[in-house]
Amino acid sequence: MSTLQLDHVSRWYRNVVAVNDVSMTIRPGVTGLLGPNGAGKSTLIALMSGFLAPSTGTVTLDGEPLWRNEQVYRKVGLVPEREALFDYLTGRQFVVANAELHGLPDADAAAQASIALVEMSDAQDRVISTYSKGMRQRIKMASSLVHDPAVLLLDEPFNGMDPRQRIHLMDLLRRMGAEGRTVLFSSHILEEVEQVARQIEVVVAGRHAASGDFGAIRRLMTDRPNRFVLRTADDRTMASVLLADPSVRGARLRSEGGIELEASDFGRFSEVLPQLARDHGIRLLEVTPTDESLESVFAYLVSA
Amino acid sequence: MTSPVSPTIVRLGVRSVFGRRRGILLFLLPLVLVGLAVLVRVLVGDDLEAASDTLYGLGLVVIVPLVALLATTGVLAPEIDDGSIAYLLAKPISRHTIVVSKLVVAASCVLLFAAVPMLIAGLVLALDDPQLGAGFALGSLAGGLAYCAVFALLSVMTRHAVVVGLIYMLIWEGLLGGLLDGVRWLSVTRWAGAIIDQVTAEINLVEGLGTVYAVVATVIVVVAGTWLTGRKLRAFNLTGDE
Repeated sequence: MSTLQLDHVSRWYRNVVAVNDVSMTIRPGVTGLLGPNGAGKSTLIALMSGFLAPSTGTVTLDGEPLWRNEQVYRKVGLVPEREALFDYLTGRQFVVANAELHGLPDADAAAQASIALVEMSDAQDRVISTYSKGMRQRIKMASSLVHDPAVLLLDEPFNGMDPRQRIHLMDLLRRMGAEGRTVLFSSHILEEVEQVARQIEVVVAGRHAASGDFGAIRRLMTDRPNRFVLRTADDRTMASVLLADPSVRGARLRSEGGIELEASDFGRFSEVLPQLARDHGIRLLEVTPTDESLESVFAYLVSA
Repeated sequence: MTSPVSPTIVRLGVRSVFGRRRGILLFLLPLVLVGLAVLVRVLVGDDLEAASDTLYGLGLVVIVPLVALLATTGVLAPEIDDGSIAYLLAKPISRHTIVVSKLVVAASCVLLFAAVPMLIAGLVLALDDPQLGAGFALGSLAGGLAYCAVFALLSVMTRHAVVVGLIYMLIWEGLLGGLLDGVRWLSVTRWAGAIIDQVTAEINLVEGLGTVYAVVATVIVVVAGTWLTGRKLRAFNLTGDE
């Protein structure tokens, strides 16, 4: 069991602050690092994997510094975001090479086990340049798991995966966490994070904006005004019916058709909307959240 | 791992050099050298000066640094450019082992595609004087190793290692080395020339440069370049696309 500790870590590039006074503890189990693009997630993962020196503060794994300490890689597996691999090798050759570089006594057996874990056995003898994005992601996973690391760091691992591969990777991460490994992955999609991670660390504009289990983060995000655009068979009646309900704070008819609506209680609103529509015989044609982009959610979180 | 060389990195390095288009150039360059040597031999005949000019002007000044540049940047630069070097660095291996292993590949290329062709070209040009070819082969190997160390350091310092390497080759070693006499003290090609002068008694490529100085300077560049490259790689910043 291993613990990653960031203590008042900042990192800047000339005048640009990428990470600003972040302190967090990543314990065994699955942790999601959530934040919009450009929030500093990749910088944090680079700091946690010893590929970047903090400008101030310390990053340690079980008390040992990660920067300029190659011995920590005995315990750490890293899945970088960048796609580039050794394209001229087959998947198997690549994972075997990784096993050899870790100095494993039986590199072939370790590679086979790791490849099987990510379900790449059938494609292992194909050259990596022929792999799809999802397959590349899985062979990267296999290479980072080959030495059975206590800590697994993954930068945007779900990018480019199809739904089936996504579910498989989520299962795998959950299993890794349940086995007592310290698993940390970054993502800018809340739904992805909450399906896998028990603990969520939110970063926005380089700052540590929130920390907690997904329920706490979800509540922070949902107990706030939500905006929607509704298109119905009878917008005027629907707007007046909805305005009468306490879950709705405001409604406006749009000149181009449809209703612009602000709900103050998202939970109740999502329950009463279909009920009210049915009771009044109004057909709902479209319900679109207009401010669900994470940026707005994070902006709210930071100001909260 | 305590061994200074990792067979896995050597294997990957060989695949990296010959798995790309630039690998073909490594085969073409020696062919040009030997081809030109044959042409000179046919046109000029057995002439020591013509032989020496060909081996020095084309071989030592052009082919040797080019082979070293292609081989060294071939094992290092693409992985640094695309970030795949992270897979080598995220391992409990000394950074110096990584650099030495990669330089073993580059040095082997220098031996095969520069030093051996120089020996062959030397024999073609002066079959009755094998010392000439041997001297140029030895000088090429020494100079090639120094070039490899310089280009390795360039590869970890700049993303434009090939361009910077070519500029260094053409301006410093080629142009200024020919124009300014004092450059010989800081020129890999001139050091190699001094070593060749020592082995082959009949020719005199570089004036006023002691063999001992040339050998010591070459060794210092090889050792310091390798060590500094490893040190630079130890502090390698790998940041994401953010």
